[in-house]
Amino acid sequence: MEIIQGISVAPGIAIAPAVVLDAEEYRIPHRHVAPGQVESELNRLARALESSIAELQEQRTALAAQLGHDAADVFNWHIGVLRDASVRRSVEQLIRAKQHSAAYAASFVMRSHQRRFMQMSDPLLAERIRDVRDIERRLVRHILGESREDLAHLSREVVLVAHDLSASQTAQISGTRAVGVVLDAGGSTSHTAILLRSLGRPSVIGVKDVSTRVSGGDLMIVDGTHQIVIINPDEATLAHYRSEEQAYDRLIVELQSLRELEPITKDGTRIRLNANIEFPGEAKTTREYGADGVGLYRTEFLFLRGEGEPTEQEQCRAYAAALKGAGGRPVTIRTFDLGADKYTQEKHYEQERNPMLGLRSIRYSLQNLDMFKTQLRAILRASVHGPVRLMFPLIISLMEFRQAKMTLHDAMEDLEDEGVPFDRDIPVGIMMETPAAALLCKELAREVGFMSVGTNDMIQYMLAVDRGNERVSRFFTPSHPAILRVLRDVIRTCQRQGVDCSLCGEMAGEPLYTLLLLGLGLRDFSMAPRNIPEIKKLVRLVTIPQVERVARKALTFETERQVTNYLRDATKKVLPGDPIY
Amino acid sequence: MCESQQVAVREVVITNTHGLHLRPVMKFVDIANQYTSEIRVDKGEGSEPVDGKSPMAMMVLEAPKGTRLRIQATGVDARETVDALIRLVESKFDEE
Repeated sequence: MEIIQGISVAPGIAIAPAVVLDAEEYRIPHRHVAPGQVESELNRLARALESSIAELQEQRTALAAQLGHDAADVFNWHIGVLRDASVRRSVEQLIRAKQHSAAYAASFVMRSHQRRFMQMSDPLLAERIRDVRDIERRLVRHILGESREDLAHLSREVVLVAHDLSASQTAQISGTRAVGVVLDAGGSTSHTAILLRSLGRPSVIGVKDVSTRVSGGDLMIVDGTHQIVIINPDEATLAHYRSEEQAYDRLIVELQSLRELEPITKDGTRIRLNANIEFPGEAKTTREYGADGVGLYRTEFLFLRGEGEPTEQEQCRAYAAALKGAGGRPVTIRTFDLGADKYTQEKHYEQERNPMLGLRSIRYSLQNLDMFKTQLRAILRASVHGPVRLMFPLIISLMEFRQAKMTLHDAMEDLEDEGVPFDRDIPVGIMMETPAAALLCKELAREVGFMSVGTNDMIQYMLAVDRGNERVSRFFTPSHPAILRVLRDVIRTCQRQGVDCSLCGEMAGEPLYTLLLLGLGLRDFSMAPRNIPEIKKLVRLVTIPQVERVARKALTFETERQVTNYLRDATKKVLPGDPIY
Repeated sequence: MCESQQVAVREVVITNTHGLHLRPVMKFVDIANQYTSEIRVDKGEGSEPVDGKSPMAMMVLEAPKGTRLRIQATGVDARETVDALIRLVESKFDEE
């Protein structure tokens, strides 16, 4: 048995044998064919092109239905290349003139194109090499036919193990029996991580070398809730996880029935449970989870598509789609939280030594005013489609907030001059996610329309811990007494100043902290949609005096371990037998 | 060469923000493939022309914003072909 720690992108438990996708390319069996076989190789190529295109069209439709047209657009080019007459001619020529096998010839032609992309200086274009690899893999798989395990036709449940997955491989998972995913590579904000999160299969990424340590058929446990992967578990561990898995499944079914019920405490206080989303298409599906609205729409995905800066029209369309999908429920749009990611790092001439403390988020926007203004214009233009709130991330000072607001006013004036309609009273708020902002909470509360506590960054900056760094990530915990005090102070200050305060970090979706947050006075939560039923269940089982006692007690402890143990016990009393922890 | 063959050449500068990326390339070749003329596209003096009907070739052309494209069509509908493609590029691929 081997237990490895990783980064979780989707919670839950999956138990199944592993299927390992090679980091390497397909091994192509035959390079040459007999002269008499040339015709049949040409036919194989023709059939493979057709079936690859059909498969892509299916995936495009499925993905567009799930996540919207923007996410699916990349497949149009893949289809275009497979229909490309020049490309096909070069492959056919190799088959005819050199008697290469169809698989070898297709691979050869695609590789030569990949080399051209490698030499390109524009990083966004050079990125397309991944698409060409993707096309190559698909085409070769179709040429070689059933000789390879096809994800879509797996006869039993599996855990997918790979070095990395391309966007289209990830999208393909939704139609397969892969119950869990484990990757060597990955940061929690990568394109692949975002897609995995939306698909909702238990997934752990950033698991070093796992694809080389696991062999096909090894029994795997993916514990997305505790961010670990277990290879070939012993009997006891397996039994434990089997019962956890069943309990989790029962819970999920039970939670579905909660959808129609309101999140009201036993003594009648209405709590707002909102959803965090990444894609405009998700806004609609959050209703299925019973969300009150969208508390955090992260807009960075528009960049992660790899086509560079999205235009005003593209953005406006995406935001309008989210607003329409939300069907009249409020949507809080956060402006770009860029920086410390691939897109901005590649634009820097010098890599930042410490990107998390570097030119990121609102700072990046304020230094790229054209980009920022374009986004603000797009949000304003979309605001006629439904109630929207605008939120600036990573604010550390009043000056920053005022500057951002000034840019917003510029954008408003321009739109007014152009006669474009928009909501002039759009609420403007901030992410409360730096220690500096927390200490200035009172002053900020006088100027902002609302606040949303981003606990992920707040904890990272308060505790000086990078949770993506496996050597220190164990220090990252919302239970730290300093975090509890900051939350208490921020929530209290907002109440006194009459400013709406919500919490949209991962903590909001962790049942362990629900009683505490309610007890501290939080009435507005925003979390991954699938966490909503679980939190709602808890909300409906408690009274305000009861959770206030829990919060008061939790604040008396000196160490995070005491806090965690106490909250676990308090939660278990409310929800006996719940397997989530 | 057959009498009805015409050759048309025009130049245009790419002005949309992303240049020839995924979507613009697909719009370009979709239009190109509606015509029978053969289409060659290059980036001016000394650059190698590529097949304007090929999504792969047009992407490999590497043409970000500001690139001057020369579009040459040969065939019975050469003129209409080039005009339609120029219109597309000048309209910023209908994206902005």
